[in-house]
Amino acid sequence: MNTLVNILLQGVLLGALYALFAMGQSLVFGVMRLTNIAHGDFIVLLVFLLFALTGIAHLPLAVALLLLVVIAFAAGYGVQYFLLNRVSSRDPLPSLMVTFGLSIVIQNVLQELFSADPRAIATGGFEALSVALPGGITVGYLPLLTLLATIGLTFGLQWLFGRTALGRAFRATSDDREIVQLMGVSHRRTYALAMAIAFVLIAVAAALYGMRTAVAPADGPALLLYAFEAVIIGGMGSFWGTFLGGMALGVAQQAGFYFDPGWGIWLGHVMFLAVLVVRPQGFLPKTA
Amino acid sequence: MTPLLQTKQLTGGYGDFQALFGIDVTVGAGEVVALIGANGAGKSTFLKSVAGLLRAAPSQILYKGAPIGGLPAERIVGQGIALVPEGRRLFPSLSVEENLRLGAYCGRPGRWDLDAVFGLFPVLRERRHHPATALSGGQQQMVAIGRALMSNPELLMCDELSLGLAPVIVREIYAALPAIVAGGMSAIIVEQDVRLARQVSSRFYCVQEGRVSLAGESASASDEAIAQAYFGVAA
Amino acid sequence: MESKMNRPAQGFDVRRSTRASQVAMFGLLLAAVVIASAPYWAGRDALRDFTQLASYLIFAMMWNLLAGYGGMVSIGQQAFFGIGGYAMLVLSNYCGVSPFLAVPLAAGIAMLVAVPVSRLAFRLDGGYFAVGTWVIAEVFRLGVANVSALGGGSGTSLTALRGIPRATRESMTLWLALAAVVGGMAVLYWFLRSRPGLALTAMRDNAQAAGSQGVDVRRARLAVYLVAAGGTAFAGALYFLGNLRISPDAAFSVNWTAFGIFIVLIGGLGTLEGPIIGALVFFVLNKFLSDYGTWYLIGLGTVAIGVALIFPEGIWGYVSRRFGLQLFPVGRRLVWTAPGPAVPPRHLPPAREAATPQ
Repeated sequence: MNTLVNILLQGVLLGALYALFAMGQSLVFGVMRLTNIAHGDFIVLLVFLLFALTGIAHLPLAVALLLLVVIAFAAGYGVQYFLLNRVSSRDPLPSLMVTFGLSIVIQNVLQELFSADPRAIATGGFEALSVALPGGITVGYLPLLTLLATIGLTFGLQWLFGRTALGRAFRATSDDREIVQLMGVSHRRTYALAMAIAFVLIAVAAALYGMRTAVAPADGPALLLYAFEAVIIGGMGSFWGTFLGGMALGVAQQAGFYFDPGWGIWLGHVMFLAVLVVRPQGFLPKTA
Repeated sequence: MTPLLQTKQLTGGYGDFQALFGIDVTVGAGEVVALIGANGAGKSTFLKSVAGLLRAAPSQILYKGAPIGGLPAERIVGQGIALVPEGRRLFPSLSVEENLRLGAYCGRPGRWDLDAVFGLFPVLRERRHHPATALSGGQQQMVAIGRALMSNPELLMCDELSLGLAPVIVREIYAALPAIVAGGMSAIIVEQDVRLARQVSSRFYCVQEGRVSLAGESASASDEAIAQAYFGVAA
Repeated sequence: MESKMNRPAQGFDVRRSTRASQVAMFGLLLAAVVIASAPYWAGRDALRDFTQLASYLIFAMMWNLLAGYGGMVSIGQQAFFGIGGYAMLVLSNYCGVSPFLAVPLAAGIAMLVAVPVSRLAFRLDGGYFAVGTWVIAEVFRLGVANVSALGGGSGTSLTALRGIPRATRESMTLWLALAAVVGGMAVLYWFLRSRPGLALTAMRDNAQAAGSQGVDVRRARLAVYLVAAGGTAFAGALYFLGNLRISPDAAFSVNWTAFGIFIVLIGGLGTLEGPIIGALVFFVLNKFLSDYGTWYLIGLGTVAIGVALIFPEGIWGYVSRRFGLQLFPVGRRLVWTAPGPAVPPRHLPPAREAATPQ
């Protein structure tokens, strides 16, 4: 019984991280139907940027985090506006090719700059802190913080999309990007803003991820797959769905790890495929 | 006095296909002008060009004397020109109220707000939280008009309001038109139904194969002249 | 007034081949003959190179078939590449089948596997179909890596060829590779000139319209997917036949798809000669530049981004369209052999009463 609770608990904590990876992708796909193959690589890129800010420029962590978020926002806006806007149309092939190329460039540039070794963000011992629960279960502070951050951000995104003028503009642009211009909404700027917000989410994910795991330049593609799976399992078009999807994936992987370290990730993939067969629209699909 | 809107030899089309071959249209302040013509004559193309959805040369479209041709559509609504597009084109992901609120996105001040629109079309108030595309055709048309009004335009352009609607609903919608233009708003009404168009407008232009084939006063023009201009039958 | 519009236009012809295509066909035939004789005069490395090139080529042709003609962009074709390799290995090492026979058999096995896989993959669309196929490939990779009988994560060797003298093995492999390439090209060429091929092109351009004309889009898609799976598996089996050693990371690597994408970027999507040109260019680049490691890859990635932005139809696709070149004559061209018909003045019929929605 204890083991089951532990698997669930660790799975949920891991899943929170996956959900965080997936939020940005859920947003981007929801607004502009863009599949960004380099999504995971951007997470890794920002981890290394944070590493450079703290480990090389020796900025205090708080300052570095703030800087990271600002840079991420600007970078996301720029990448979408100047590069990806040219390939954000019906045909998925050009965007796949461009983002695939980006993925390869990012991985190899990072490798040139930092070597292929994994790096972690130093937090002065915070990552080792944990709270002991009854039954011999320990829960780390960092994973808990990640869970809180993910829940908070999901609420925030839901509020943004459901209750603000910008959110209405996002949803309308995704419905009909030609007619939305008649309301004064530029789809090019809207897409760029969506990507900028997605990059901020990626920055938060990168920070929390890099603090608890050592990250290597080649880790990107795996993260892309987790994010993608979380979005599909949860149902496209719903942020809480993505949250649940991340949870499900985390629990499946933890269960797999329990049986054999080699089968952890495999079980996660298999669960994803099972959901695809049984309930392809996901747990909480949007109706429209 | 400078007309509100003036097009000079407006040309335009879709890629290799040219739809307009030099349209001259003038709309004065407070005027309701009708654009009539058969399917494919170029009426919608004309409205889309003025609204900025299609490319035009700067000097071909003058608004309050200033060239606006070539401006992107999202800037034109800020100038005071609003289009009710053909086929309604409401946003399915948004409710009725959200569709209307989006209309006010450009932030132009004026008398049209949510209450005013609900006052014009009371049936929408009861359905304000329904998904916009769940409404009947006539009600969707009301939402589309309301959405355009929310931007407080000086020139309202309506593309085929009667499309796909039952005659009694069409009458109901056009009955609201006087209340809409009461404050001095100008309007261009595109219609295939000639009788209806003449009833609501003071002047009209007939478009045939991308050219203006006839222009005149709606009340006094002869039926025969209009029929000939509409169908392009040589005299 | 009498309407001239009802008389059929006269004075045109429908032609298939062009001068350029005739030259290209002859050139390819010559090349095939030369390569077939290679075991008698070429060195070991050259033979290995050709087998590798053949694998890249077949992979790219199949990826092109899937994306360019089937309209399905997949980043997971490496699943079948690896299945082909491992199936060939299992058949040769454990079932006593001749490795050369095992190659086509492995392709058949892959096609069988592709049936249930397609049921999964087809649940997704567009960009998400692409990533979904990648997940499926990962399932195969991780699954195989956990099976110690197949060598687990570090892989295993093709022992079944131990008894055969090296020269024989290399010539047989080369001829098999050549036969595969020629056969593959011939089959695709014939297929695309046929009615099913025309249906496929229509489907790629506009699935809905094609469906309304009687094309069974679902069956056509499935057929393309199965053929692409089989062909890709053939390429994989061939590659590891030449390589003699297989591992999950090499067999199921996403880099194979990356190669496919680059080849198509250079060669263009939806032409038959595109992948050939692309594979040749890529292979030459790889041979001379891969020593530069990460910089080579950075360069490749940047080129990919640039080409995707500027020439979305590939460099060859652009050239082919611009200059009207088509080396494999699968299209049909309208050629006027006499002055065209005069266009009579139009008379509009009277409009009907009710307005029809536009």
